[in-house]
Amino acid sequence: MRKFGIDTDDLEIASIYQYYAKWIREGRLVVNSDWNKERRIKFTVQDPCQIIRKSYGDPVADDLRFVVKSIVGEENFIDMTPNKSNNFCCGGGGGTLQAGYHEQRREFGRIKHEQIVATDADYCITACHNCHAQVHDLSEFYEAKYHAVHLWTLMALSMGILGPNEREYLGEDLQEVNVFHPEQAEMM
Amino acid sequence: MGEAAIKLGGKKESTFMDKVKEILPDGGNLNLCLTCGACSSGCPATGLEGMDPRKFLRMAALGLDEEITSTPWVWHCTMCQRCIYVCPMKIDIPRLVYYARQSWPREERPKGLINSCDMALRNDSCSAMGASPDDFSFVVEDLLDEYREAQPEFKDMDAPIDKEGAEFFLNQNSREPVTEPDEMVPLWKILHSAGINWTYGSKGWGGENYCMFLADDEAWKNTVAMSINQAKSLGCKTYLNTE
Repeated sequence: MRKFGIDTDDLEIASIYQYYAKWIREGRLVVNSDWNKERRIKFTVQDPCQIIRKSYGDPVADDLRFVVKSIVGEENFIDMTPNKSNNFCCGGGGGTLQAGYHEQRREFGRIKHEQIVATDADYCITACHNCHAQVHDLSEFYEAKYHAVHLWTLMALSMGILGPNEREYLGEDLQEVNVFHPEQAEMM
Repeated sequence: MGEAAIKLGGKKESTFMDKVKEILPDGGNLNLCLTCGACSSGCPATGLEGMDPRKFLRMAALGLDEEITSTPWVWHCTMCQRCIYVCPMKIDIPRLVYYARQSWPREERPKGLINSCDMALRNDSCSAMGASPDDFSFVVEDLLDEYREAQPEFKDMDAPIDKEGAEFFLNQNSREPVTEPDEMVPLWKILHSAGINWTYGSKGWGGENYCMFLADDEAWKNTVAMSINQAKSLGCKTYLNTE
């Protein structure tokens, strides 16, 4: 917007991660990680370049981690190295998902893939759609065990409000966990 | 008498890099490279097409304009800016890549990017999948009705479009409304549970920005302005990027 001189006036431009964290801290959003106490399913998180390094920096990366730890349990979160503003791009940005050079895109993503594998996490939380599509594809292409999952899916799961038809990107281990209105599974 | 000093060249021609320097604040620091290679050693695109960020910058500095404005490497680099982050001189290589993309005739740029940008320009949604404002509101309302009935705890849940005076304006990646609408519902439930006063916009709801990736400045400007202006015209306080 600065580039084009578009006047935002008093409009604040923010990442939803900041507000998720704020709403949890204020008690407006009641999440918890009890569902994962026994299961101990491991999660890592991808810092989207656009939101973290290019826009808001480490404070929002910390907000993102606060949200993730609140919903999966601190002991079940494993960070990649390097991370936050110094994180590696997943390879799904800059238009690469639509640019047609799939072989190069996957080679670019090999570093990200190896980073995720090194955490031994079962899930990589990808709150950005480009990252989600890329990490999902990397897992399939390199035949890895990790799933790519949206942040809001896990938030709703931890709140006990995630229905059976909102679990497209959850693995089998989470299909039956905390299901809201399980009878819907047959209905739709 | 010694021989006259050797003089190199004549009047230096303006190179691609000179032009980019004129556009960028502080010239993008493009002249300050120490050739240390920190950019390349930490770049996932290093090695693709035999290229890396340092090589790209050095080639630009040497005036090898044809090579840097024709290598498909500019479409593999994601402009993630990690090279700037690790650079001691904060050199803006990604912007050099951006202008190298722009130097390609529009019709020769990757077809997928051209199509996605053109889709976004097709109507006021600015959706890279071409969904119209009517398509969007149909999907949202239909889905909302379905969930209000099936999950009565959320019978009062709303997913408003163009709600005047809402505190938050949200954008929405097109993938959900177009191909997997149920995946939007968790977000709505979270917002409902927290009692958030929010809205989508009929104009500029599409969260993607393929015109930027295509390096089409005019189209990029139009799509961003559409979205921001819609948020402003509704009197929203905060534009929330849902990505």
